[in-house]
Amino acid sequence: MVGPLVCSPSTTVITVSANASARFRLDAAQGPLHPAAKATLLAALDAGWADPARLYSEGRRAGQLLQTARAVFAEDLGVSAESVSLHPSPADALAVGIAGLRHARRRVGTRLLTSAADQALTLAAADPEAPLPVDRAAKLDVERFSAATGQPGVALAVIAASNGEVGTRQPLDELHRACREAGVPLLVDATAGLGRDATPASWDVLVGGTALVGGPPLGVLAVRPTVRFAVPGPGREAEARRTFTPPWVPLALAAAEAWRQSRPSAESDGEAAFRLVEQIRLAAAAVPDVEVVGDPVDRLPHVVTFSALYADGEALVRAFDRRGIAVASGSACTSSTLEPSHVLAAMGALTHGNVRVVLPLPAVQPDLDTGVASMVATLGEVVAEVRAELGSSDL
Amino acid sequence: MSDLPAGAEPVELDARGLLCPQPVIRLARASRGLPPGSVLQVLADDPAARYDIPAWCRLKGHSVELTEGIGHAVFRVVLGQPNSS
Repeated sequence: MVGPLVCSPSTTVITVSANASARFRLDAAQGPLHPAAKATLLAALDAGWADPARLYSEGRRAGQLLQTARAVFAEDLGVSAESVSLHPSPADALAVGIAGLRHARRRVGTRLLTSAADQALTLAAADPEAPLPVDRAAKLDVERFSAATGQPGVALAVIAASNGEVGTRQPLDELHRACREAGVPLLVDATAGLGRDATPASWDVLVGGTALVGGPPLGVLAVRPTVRFAVPGPGREAEARRTFTPPWVPLALAAAEAWRQSRPSAESDGEAAFRLVEQIRLAAAAVPDVEVVGDPVDRLPHVVTFSALYADGEALVRAFDRRGIAVASGSACTSSTLEPSHVLAAMGALTHGNVRVVLPLPAVQPDLDTGVASMVATLGEVVAEVRAELGSSDL
Repeated sequence: MSDLPAGAEPVELDARGLLCPQPVIRLARASRGLPPGSVLQVLADDPAARYDIPAWCRLKGHSVELTEGIGHAVFRVVLGQPNSS
């Protein structure tokens, strides 16, 4: 008999052990599950394992649970459960959203309007259309956007509600008004903030993820019922004919649980994160030759990035890691990336020496205040250490 | 275009083959002690230099022009007044 994959070390094929030492994870892009989401996931393994497309009772029960999960998101997004679909990742949801709008508008044209600070996936979908430029804070110019929506052949506009690297919000109400006047549908990519910032209201199609609220990293796609939307190609029988297969029901339920748990304290968690980010911004700005980028006020509450002159991003990440602090970087001073962050480049910001913090929810990362205080206290020392390694301390 | 004294040769800096943040570190070092109006010509082929050299110039109050070479970029940096930082 073959033993289970995960249990005691004597019988497992794959050994799983958690890192026990005290660490502060200041990168919420993908993290541990919210405790309630974990409990729901475990319970759903027994209750929701079946294929929701099956007609026997276990399948029907799984189908009902999946509908419950969709309804949790739908209620907060202000649409019906039938308008919401769940996808393997936010990137999948975004790709389906773009394909569905573009195909439905194919008689008008195929052009996709976006900004130079949007996600790489969106920029690739817009190609060869050049993205609209952004200013030094990564903000899009409304007049320029309005003028572009009036041009012929525009199928859709895709705009990130706020920037996932630098936190700057876009003026969505004005952008959506311009789209409505031009008859162009607007896909709002809320991947960086959904669940953590005020839920956007100005959109025709909305995309987000569930990792930021402590769920598994699923994608959520909502399409307003008045919007023409059709994903091309055969075989897409699941999730309102948007995907080939339904999500695995236990994961969908865990995602919905994390979302539901995050709602009551969303506003106070957001205010607390805003203040913590402010502390990091001030500490970074106080270090010589360090630039904090992005809008200081009109921003996501939980995202901040800064760049240190004469330092290398990967070395900064490793130096923080040695002190028990996990952060990300948009620099290309790493062996794994050839091109630096296109967002920092579009803003005219320094791409080297970059550090990005995406604060998790306190429910997922306890002692968040202590973690931020630890980062603030060591920030100057870390930058000095990396500059000393590079021999650039004298500059 | 610049207030470069007539006849002064630009300082040449070949940063080809260097990865970020080395081109900017070399440029900052080469510019030390030079008076305002001095010109530095930098060759670099790291993709990040295309953004980082102009960003450094902006942060330090220098001006820069970028032209395309073959397989690299050429930056003409004119030093501005030293800022207080």
